[in-house]
Amino acid sequence: MFLAVRELTHARGRFGLMGVVIALIAVLMVMLSGLSGGLVNDGVSGLKNLPVTAFAFDEGTKTDNAFSRSVVDGEQLAAWRDQPDVEAATPIGVAIVNAVTDDGTQIDLTVFGVEEDSFLAPTPSDGSGLGAPAGIVVSETLRSEGVELGTVVTLDQTETELEVVGFTQGQATFGHVDVAYAPLATWRLITLGDAPAGAAPTEADLAGVDADHASAIALQAVPGSALASGDTDAVAAADAAAGTTTMTLVESFNASPGYQAETLTLAMIQWFLYAIGALVVGAFFTVWTIQRGHELAVLRAMGASARYLVRDGLTQAGILLVTFTAVGVAVGLGLGALMPEGMPFSLEAGPIAVASVVTILLGLAGAAVAVLRVTRIEPVTALGGAR
Amino acid sequence: MTQPATAPTVAAEAAGDRSAATLVLQDVTLEVGDGEGKVRALDGVDLQVHPGELVAIIGPSGAGKSSLLAVAGALAAPTSGSVRVLDQDLGPLWERGGQSALARFRRERLGYVFQSGNLLPALTAADQLRLAYRIAHKRGRARSFDPQPLLDAVGMGHRAGSRPGQLSGGERQRVSIARALVNEPAVLLVDEPTAALDRARSQDVVALLAEQCHERGVAGVMVTHDHDVLARCDRVLEMVDGRLSPASA
Repeated sequence: MFLAVRELTHARGRFGLMGVVIALIAVLMVMLSGLSGGLVNDGVSGLKNLPVTAFAFDEGTKTDNAFSRSVVDGEQLAAWRDQPDVEAATPIGVAIVNAVTDDGTQIDLTVFGVEEDSFLAPTPSDGSGLGAPAGIVVSETLRSEGVELGTVVTLDQTETELEVVGFTQGQATFGHVDVAYAPLATWRLITLGDAPAGAAPTEADLAGVDADHASAIALQAVPGSALASGDTDAVAAADAAAGTTTMTLVESFNASPGYQAETLTLAMIQWFLYAIGALVVGAFFTVWTIQRGHELAVLRAMGASARYLVRDGLTQAGILLVTFTAVGVAVGLGLGALMPEGMPFSLEAGPIAVASVVTILLGLAGAAVAVLRVTRIEPVTALGGAR
Repeated sequence: MTQPATAPTVAAEAAGDRSAATLVLQDVTLEVGDGEGKVRALDGVDLQVHPGELVAIIGPSGAGKSSLLAVAGALAAPTSGSVRVLDQDLGPLWERGGQSALARFRRERLGYVFQSGNLLPALTAADQLRLAYRIAHKRGRARSFDPQPLLDAVGMGHRAGSRPGQLSGGERQRVSIARALVNEPAVLLVDEPTAALDRARSQDVVALLAEQCHERGVAGVMVTHDHDVLARCDRVLEMVDGRLSPASA
């Protein structure tokens, strides 16, 4: 560290430029982390907020868009309710619809049809809960579209009218579309096309629905059970009995439209950024080590061990990486605060900390490859004259 | 050329007075290159250097002077023959192939003064010595090291805070000499110390080297092209085609 610190301060121009590059990479890393978090929230915050262990879809349903592809019935629900590992099982209907508010604003809604007395029923932060056939509880983020309590939302095509009776606590979106909780019977009425046109559904309309279908079965596992721990054998046995395919809550995020493609794309960009960081740091320290070749040979001739010099070089890289990654993260957080409100951008401490550590570790790995060159420096080259 | 009374003579060496010598090279041969390009850089070299003695090695370029320093300084393994420092044979260190053992030997027993000083540009004169001390000793003891007395001894106490770029060529060499003495070496190996200096400064630097060798009882070997400084040395040997012999008058 003795030499490392003094070289850092002496060659501060060179190290400063390198530090700026590391800081820029860290800024980009924070921006990507924020975008990634924002897109995740926009894609699946409606699911993340649900008190669910897993979802059971119809057997063989493809993961992509499973919520809109899958159709489960009452028999499958009953089979799951008979499972000893299941504390509660309830159907959920999912449908994305286009609608217009009573002031003419066009909005999109993901209608979550849930049983009013089930564990999926929303607890509103404002207004009342589910109960009335036409009453819906919507994501708080819809307020930005001018939606208020009492706003009447008319669904396109069927012209069924639904009334906003409550708001969820915080964002609840699915597939980048705001969630609207509705009674499961109302959801069935809408998806069957039996809802009254130009009017709100009534109790009589719901009583006339002869269907027991839903999109999936939401499961709450008994704490400590095989289902709770994700034991694949136990889940497979229950799936075989119910004729379903089960995904954990986190796995079910991939069933949200576009979620997998978006997260994979961002993850790929993020890993490319890490790789670029490691390469840039490695290239810098390669040049730095080559430039100092004669000095390092002098030190080796004086008896400095290769381990001493490698440790010194890595300390130098570590100081540089930690300092300027911290600067980059600070700048990134500042820029994140300036993001426009409508942009899906969410900064969370955990992912930023992980990304910072990965940036530093991969940068150190790149530096290590370069700094290890000192082990190949022959101390005899410290003597003047060609040998 | 002065010839101090305490300095052993070539005749004494020939008589086999090896017990008192700090550095002993015996029938040392060094071959470099491969195949037809193989060159015998050292050819049966015998040399003894005693404590407090500064021996100058002169000779034309390519005669093998730097090769002699490399072999004597545990930087290159001789093809044959033996090198002993304070009665320790370096052969086993090379045979074991232990770079760390050789590095330890160098930092404990040897001091180097390189061409143009070869100081680290990022370090002040005091820090050059502190780093050498850290290399030679355990880090825990480094805090207690005070470079000032050594810098004073080479006349550089007033430039302790200066970096190499702020020093003249002669000053850099003085700091380099101080750095080489930090680990209290038994042998001081000096490579063309006056290569970039004018005549007056060259005389000063070599006088300082001789003075430090005498005062500290260090066995010094200096390779040089500069015949003007030979008067400061205790003995002068000439190397021609890898062979060492007393310098002709």
